[in-house]
Amino acid sequence: MAEVLVYVDHVDGAVRKPTLELLTLARRIGDPVAVALGNGAADTASTLAEHGAVKVLTADAAEFADYLVVPKVDALQAAFGQVSPAAVLVPSSAEGKEIAARLAVRVGSGIVTDAIDLEAGDGGPVATQSVFAAAYTTKSRITRGTPVITVKPNSAPVEPAPAAGTVEELAVTFCEGATGTKVVARTPRESTGRPELTEAAIVVSGGRGVNGAENFAIIEALADSLGAAVGASRAAVDAGWYPHSNQVGQTGKSVSPQLYIASGISGAIQHRAGMQTSKTIVAVNKDAEAPIFDLVDYGIVGDLFQVVPQLTEAIKARKG
Amino acid sequence: MSLRIVVTVKYVPDATGDRHFADDLTLDRDDVDGLLSELDEYAVEQALQIAEDADGAEVTVLTVGPEDAKDALRKALSMGADKAVHVEDDDLHGTDIIGTSLVLAKAIEKAGYDLVISGMASTDGTAGVVPALLAERLGVPQVTLLSEVSVDGSTVKGRRDGDAATEQLEASLPAVVSVTDQSGEARYPSFKGIMAAKKKPVQSWDLSDLEIDAEEVGLAGAWTAVESAAERPARTAGTIVKDEGEGGKQLAEFLASQKFI
Ligand SMILES: Cc1cc2nc3c(=O)[nH]c(=O)nc-3n(C[C@H](O)[C@H](O)[C@H](O)COP(=O)(O)OP(=O)(O)OC[C@H]3O[C@@H](n4cnc5c(N)ncnc54)[C@H](O)[C@@H]3O)c2cc1C
Ligand SMILES: Cc1cc2nc3c(=O)[nH]c(=O)nc-3n(C[C@H](O)[C@H](O)[C@H](O)COP(=O)(O)OP(=O)(O)OC[C@H]3O[C@@H](n4cnc5c(N)ncnc54)[C@H](O)[C@@H]3O)c2cc1C
Repeated sequence: MAEVLVYVDHVDGAVRKPTLELLTLARRIGDPVAVALGNGAADTASTLAEHGAVKVLTADAAEFADYLVVPKVDALQAAFGQVSPAAVLVPSSAEGKEIAARLAVRVGSGIVTDAIDLEAGDGGPVATQSVFAAAYTTKSRITRGTPVITVKPNSAPVEPAPAAGTVEELAVTFCEGATGTKVVARTPRESTGRPELTEAAIVVSGGRGVNGAENFAIIEALADSLGAAVGASRAAVDAGWYPHSNQVGQTGKSVSPQLYIASGISGAIQHRAGMQTSKTIVAVNKDAEAPIFDLVDYGIVGDLFQVVPQLTEAIKARKG
Repeated sequence: MSLRIVVTVKYVPDATGDRHFADDLTLDRDDVDGLLSELDEYAVEQALQIAEDADGAEVTVLTVGPEDAKDALRKALSMGADKAVHVEDDDLHGTDIIGTSLVLAKAIEKAGYDLVISGMASTDGTAGVVPALLAERLGVPQVTLLSEVSVDGSTVKGRRDGDAATEQLEASLPAVVSVTDQSGEARYPSFKGIMAAKKKPVQSWDLSDLEIDAEEVGLAGAWTAVESAAERPARTAGTIVKDEGEGGKQLAEFLASQKFI
């Protein structure tokens, strides 16, 4: 069967969930060959093998951490040359998309970004995209070169499928431009202990209606009662109440959880762009005319300072 | 030496209107108003600030798009950019990401540049990859997704807030930068700015000016093909209840009925 390159997103050897989803999708079109780069790359192998990687190509070098994006493109290109894959799949993170796009232009291929599904077709893989703030669903093919496709988190189930996962070291020659953009300092994001926003099954978000940084404790308490991630609207982020890394929407994270609970969020198009594909949507808003109510499966017209704490208590009571 | 800044600005359908696909599965531009992509206003703003701080600088705004795309250029000129370049050619209809980056890169080279500034993503295609592709094609450093940017002599510096970490980046000019909507509020054009914009030069280039073959771009030259576009079915109307004091408890019951708790 044809081989499919899968770019691995991992933190010091811990593989992130979107990559495991990519392996599920990759198996629909061929045999996954994973490419893991940087610190801990070799440690990813057992997890990748459990999820279907027939081979794991690893490389570590200071360049991957010290310079932006290009060294990783060089490495993915080296893997591409070694494997001659039928397709290349990359997680749709900001960096993943940049790596994929640069590879595409180097190897003379078209690119589809932010796919939400993938299936085998007669003329190569067919990618589904959700566009115009999820108002349209499109299906596209890549007509030139080897399909390069970036895939959004939560696009496929994680399905174990044990495979050989043979580890091979990848030889990488860095191009002249690899050291063009220096990372002079890096401050890792502090872990909150809550699930990753884009990977969480439940997301609880607060907006301008939360009315203050200190009041986000109400949103966090609800999230913790459900084991959920916390999101925020841009209005709440711009006001300095919550970090930008938690922003949901067009210029924040795009989430597609099983359940999305919006409190004190009006539902502007740019916010909807990041959450409209959530399976079940719930909103609490004191304005019955708020556009968010057009989207909901269940909506409460009321004051979030009454409704949310009561909800949290009721959930805790049920869970005992 | 004066700093030559080229800002790439896209003309996009208004996101608050109904956006559609035309019969050929490209963007339907007839039915909806277009404007300067809001995220590119941040790019124009940063360009103007860098130019103000530099000793002699010139800001050129560049768009690839249909005739109406001039509106996007006018808006950027009225904010304070010095001049504009419009790449317009019937054969560009339906160009994909790869083709767009080719046309932009050729136009940037022709215009002459020390610094290219783009938005983080367009508000229609939203791919967020054109800036990285411009760096690849131009063979210069990419310093992308910056929430803070400054130029110090021939060095560009910036802050990139990523998923896992915040990074401080540095590169030598020439370089390609993209900025996020965290980089600072974009200014509104003043009346004076709007009047002045009318007199600013707008150059028009077509594919032959850029020595690009028509086969390399447009719908026929695209390396991707959209096979179908279906409007998402409207969500079925949900249950909406007014809180009479038990709203939280009712919501908990709904969540339990859906097996979330
Ligand atoms: C280029 C661009 C990109 C953008 N990207 C994003 C993005 O990524 N994400 C994003 O969210 N926005 C984004 N925006 C901003 C967006 O347009 C809206 O301004 C923003 O989403 C509004 O946030 P909000 O709903 O919290 O605030 P508002 O629109 O002010 O709504 C607050 C809501 O809270 C309700 N409320 C107030 N008090 C209470 C209470 N006590 N109880 C219950 N309800 C209450 C009000 O009725 C109201 O509906 C973007 C805008 C632009 C131009
Ligand atoms: C809904 C939709 C989905 C699409 N999906 C794909 C796809 O999967 N694959 C594909 O190959 N093409 C796709 N296209 C076509 C693609 O959007 C255009 O070719 C586009 O010009 C480049 O991509 P982008 O708008 O996503 O740019 P982005 O990469 O999001 O834009 C980033 C920045 O690049 C600059 N820029 C982008 N385009 C222009 C321009 N024309 N003029 C000046 N500056 C510009 C701006 O500064 C902008 O802020 C899609 C188009 C639409 C409308």
